[in-house]
Amino acid sequence: MSAMVEAVDVHKSFGALPVLKGISMTIQKGEVVCLLGPSGSGKSTFLRCINHLEPMTSGRIHVDGQRIGYHERHGKLYEMSGTELARQRRDIGMVFQRFNLFPHHDVLTNIALAPTLIRGEGREQANARARALLKLIDLEGRESAYPYQLSGGQQQRVAIARALAMNPKLMLFDEPTSALDPELVGEVLAVMRKLAADGMTMLVVTHELGFAREVADRVVFMDQGVVVEEGPARSVIDSPQHERTRAFLGRMH
Amino acid sequence: MGGMKGAKVIPARRWGQWIAAALLSVVVLALLFVVISSRRIQWSAIPHYILDDTIIDGIWLTLVFTILSMVISILAGGLLATLRLSRNPVLTGFASLYVWFFRGTPLLVQIIFWFNIQLFIPSLDLGGFHLDMNAIVTPFVAALLALSLNEAAYMAEIMRGGLLAIDSGQSEAAKALGYTPTQAMLRIIFPQALRVIIPPIGNQTIAMLKTTSLVSVVAAQDLLTRTQNIYAKNFLIIELLIVASIWYLVMTTIASGLQYLIERRLGRSTGEAPVVWRAVMRLLRVEGSRG
Repeated sequence: MSAMVEAVDVHKSFGALPVLKGISMTIQKGEVVCLLGPSGSGKSTFLRCINHLEPMTSGRIHVDGQRIGYHERHGKLYEMSGTELARQRRDIGMVFQRFNLFPHHDVLTNIALAPTLIRGEGREQANARARALLKLIDLEGRESAYPYQLSGGQQQRVAIARALAMNPKLMLFDEPTSALDPELVGEVLAVMRKLAADGMTMLVVTHELGFAREVADRVVFMDQGVVVEEGPARSVIDSPQHERTRAFLGRMH
Repeated sequence: MGGMKGAKVIPARRWGQWIAAALLSVVVLALLFVVISSRRIQWSAIPHYILDDTIIDGIWLTLVFTILSMVISILAGGLLATLRLSRNPVLTGFASLYVWFFRGTPLLVQIIFWFNIQLFIPSLDLGGFHLDMNAIVTPFVAALLALSLNEAAYMAEIMRGGLLAIDSGQSEAAKALGYTPTQAMLRIIFPQALRVIIPPIGNQTIAMLKTTSLVSVVAAQDLLTRTQNIYAKNFLIIELLIVASIWYLVMTTIASGLQYLIERRLGRSTGEAPVVWRAVMRLLRVEGSRG
């Protein structure tokens, strides 16, 4: 196995407020890792550093061997241009807590626009792939619906399909079920389970312990900007070693 | 309460409103009587001049000023909004200063200024080219410059507001998919901002139809200039101002009707159809299902 994500000593501050205090993490190809921790622990910020939506303060992140966000020359880091960043982000899919579908496009265009515009795929080919993805997320026949006509769970599934249409090597999920009504959480997790079973490399920030326990190869528990504990999903969730992990999991059950 | 069944409902009487309505009617009728009974107005002059060639030429020029100044100001305003939202302090500073200056000085002053530009820049020498300002800045050019540059300041703010109204999650989603900043702006952000900025652009266009009358101070040959030229000779001042007002009303009514139709197409009408148009549409029964 080789590493898909390699993060070394990632620091991030918002002004004077340190949010990440040296996060190091390796995610192997095909691995599913869940990031757990109380809100404000820096999980989402770390996830957003991986595709440089959030520029880090120091440290380095490689995705599939590529340094993310910066060129290193003569001991200095030069931030990449918007176009260079766009090139790197093509291969990293991301799903947001609040879906962020494009409200002025129908479902099919939401999914097929990026492949045609950015990858230069033919419209027919992109549409065919979009339809196949609609089948995967169990929304066949809804291609001409607009986002506002869909439930939150349906919107989030379309958002997953939109990210998958770019054929990413890595999928980042930022609390994908936190904005959903409880009865809609299951359908989104089901799609994510399928992806995991297909061998997609996934990093998931979540509060869904059941999903983490069942689907994740590994969980990482973060608190106050540091990694407190990590290990195989079942052993960390069922028998946490660290006091802070125990306290957090105790509150969740 | 079976005994109440079938009893007629009498809404509360709003006596205060009835009295106000009656008083208002009396006042309006009295004023109308004063106007109509005035022997100083030659009513026949109005139909005589309404389709006068000079007046029609003036209308065309008013339309030309409106359309050209709106097109130029939309382009310039878009550029200014882009500068304002950039991260370079010189660019944002320039855009802010521009808006501050052109919104902060009267348009009438700006019109007279451009008309008199040759007073302090008589000519420009650009690498062999000699430009005589007096020849270039005709009343038409001075008027168009003043209207466009002034309007651009308002457009910049409208467009900036429209772009800022779009949720930051939209540009994040586009970035995460690999859109370049330009692609994200053109394909994701701007089309959504358009729905926000079209209603105020419509309002500005309607206002511009009337604002163009200010250029009559430099005799730019718009509708009001022509009207003034005619009444300077025959002294039918009120009659010709009525003719001009009729035409301004016709133009603004048509423009607000168009605005209503465009906004309805965008599914985002910010208001009701203008009163005249509502009446017309009731007659034509084109209002359809809209309540």
